[in-house]
Amino acid sequence: MVEQDIVIKTVNLNCFYGDQQVLRDVNLDVYRNEILGVIGPANSGKTTFLRALNRLNSLNINYRQQGEIIFENQNQQEIDDTLLRRKIGIIFAMPQVLPVSIYENVAYGPMVHGAKNKQKIAPLVEESLKKAYLWDEVKDRLHSPAVKLSGGQQQRLCIARTLAVEPDVILYDEPCSGLDPISTAKVEDAMAELARQYTQILVTNNTKQAARVSRRCAFFLMGKMVEVDRTQRLFTHPRDQRTDDYITGKFG
Amino acid sequence: MNGAKARQKIAFTILGLITLLVVAPIVLIIYYVVSRGWSAISWEFLTAAPRNGMKEGGIFPAIVGTVLLIVGTMLFALPVGILSAVYLVEYAKDNLFTRMIKLSVVNLSGIPSIVYGLFGFTLFVVFLGFGTSILAGSLTLAIMSLPVIITATKEALEAVPMAYREISLSLGATRWQTIWYCVLPYAIPGILTGTVLSLSRAAGETAPILFTVAAFYLPRLPRSVFDQAMALPYHLYVISTQVPNMPAKLSFATGLVLIGLVCLMNLVSIVLRAHFRKKKQW
Repeated sequence: MVEQDIVIKTVNLNCFYGDQQVLRDVNLDVYRNEILGVIGPANSGKTTFLRALNRLNSLNINYRQQGEIIFENQNQQEIDDTLLRRKIGIIFAMPQVLPVSIYENVAYGPMVHGAKNKQKIAPLVEESLKKAYLWDEVKDRLHSPAVKLSGGQQQRLCIARTLAVEPDVILYDEPCSGLDPISTAKVEDAMAELARQYTQILVTNNTKQAARVSRRCAFFLMGKMVEVDRTQRLFTHPRDQRTDDYITGKFG
Repeated sequence: MNGAKARQKIAFTILGLITLLVVAPIVLIIYYVVSRGWSAISWEFLTAAPRNGMKEGGIFPAIVGTVLLIVGTMLFALPVGILSAVYLVEYAKDNLFTRMIKLSVVNLSGIPSIVYGLFGFTLFVVFLGFGTSILAGSLTLAIMSLPVIITATKEALEAVPMAYREISLSLGATRWQTIWYCVLPYAIPGILTGTVLSLSRAAGETAPILFTVAAFYLPRLPRSVFDQAMALPYHLYVISTQVPNMPAKLSFATGLVLIGLVCLMNLVSIVLRAHFRKKKQW
């Protein structure tokens, strides 16, 4: 197998909220342009892992972290917040749109990063919406309120909004937990298309979704990463008994 | 009708009657003031200076004085109050020091207004040497208004969903950009409400301006911020208690003008709120 190009590498990552340890010694590599699935039951630390990557955890004042996160061969702690979060975008569990128009939602990122004139932002908005498979549905009402969109459309709007700041990595935190199957399929289509250009990490409670979408998959349990493997292998020949129990539905 | 439905009906009736009890005094006060004072309101009353021992003429200098005091209070209290609330909610860490600050803000709103008056007199009039002046009065009223403005702003900021901040930060915005674009716009209606409430209270206060700005009788307009001024609440106090044989309708007319001024401020805030709501689609 060819040596893979590693985008993110965590080394003995330990995360705490107050006295409670939520992640224990997580060592995980994320390869360029792959979709890495992260599965596991509730409270297994999946979301904490995800939010550690772009330092959103540090918004919580009780949060502490040990170990290293290497992003593009650089210690993540040495990268400025704004640059890091621009490079590593995130899609939240519930579709979170700002109470402004569809256009303004997508234009917000470029705007805070200093794009001023409309000639520059408008094409970027269009391109981002197209990549998120939303353009055709909203091109005639770009200036109507984003909250009027359906849940699935809102989630794809969130993807477009993230794409507009031109990230390298996109994190998904259970992006389809509130969506119906058809909306879910559209989000998954968008992810598959984006895999040509972006590195994506998908945290999900839905093991079937991880099996459908991801190329490699990691199983988290009670703050530990139990195993990581090619998705096909993980779901057919897991090395750990606990992984087997989880994916076959014996607990979870 | 079964028992549960009957109980619900009784409960709603009681709640409705109690609500009526709250509204009744407001309606009665306004009716009383309007009916006794309306006949004295005229163009001259609103635009002329008092004459003949304040028994004739108008209250123009007092209206101007109160408007100047409101504007002065706003200039000092709004920036300080809103900015410190933004700092407390968005930036400050939760430690003993900030908890002390929050506690003292809450306690400040419980201090009687006459104490603010004495404090303003000692600090601004005497110590800083502003004299009995609009500047000293505005500063005193501003300090009195701060706790309400800070508390209202804090609540308005805390009511903005955490998700908006996360969205903005996750897109790589700085904390200041996040506050400016994703928090303040949605907090403005709440901030306005609290601010106008505290300013209307400041407009009607007598005690804090008693020693710091108010002139007993000054039938001309103030010439600078270091000048004394007449003010509606103090003028009302003076003509109601210090001037013998004062026609009662003049007192009520003065009160009516004060109420009208406060209502006008509330109206402006309602219009502004509607404007901001229309701009942002929830």
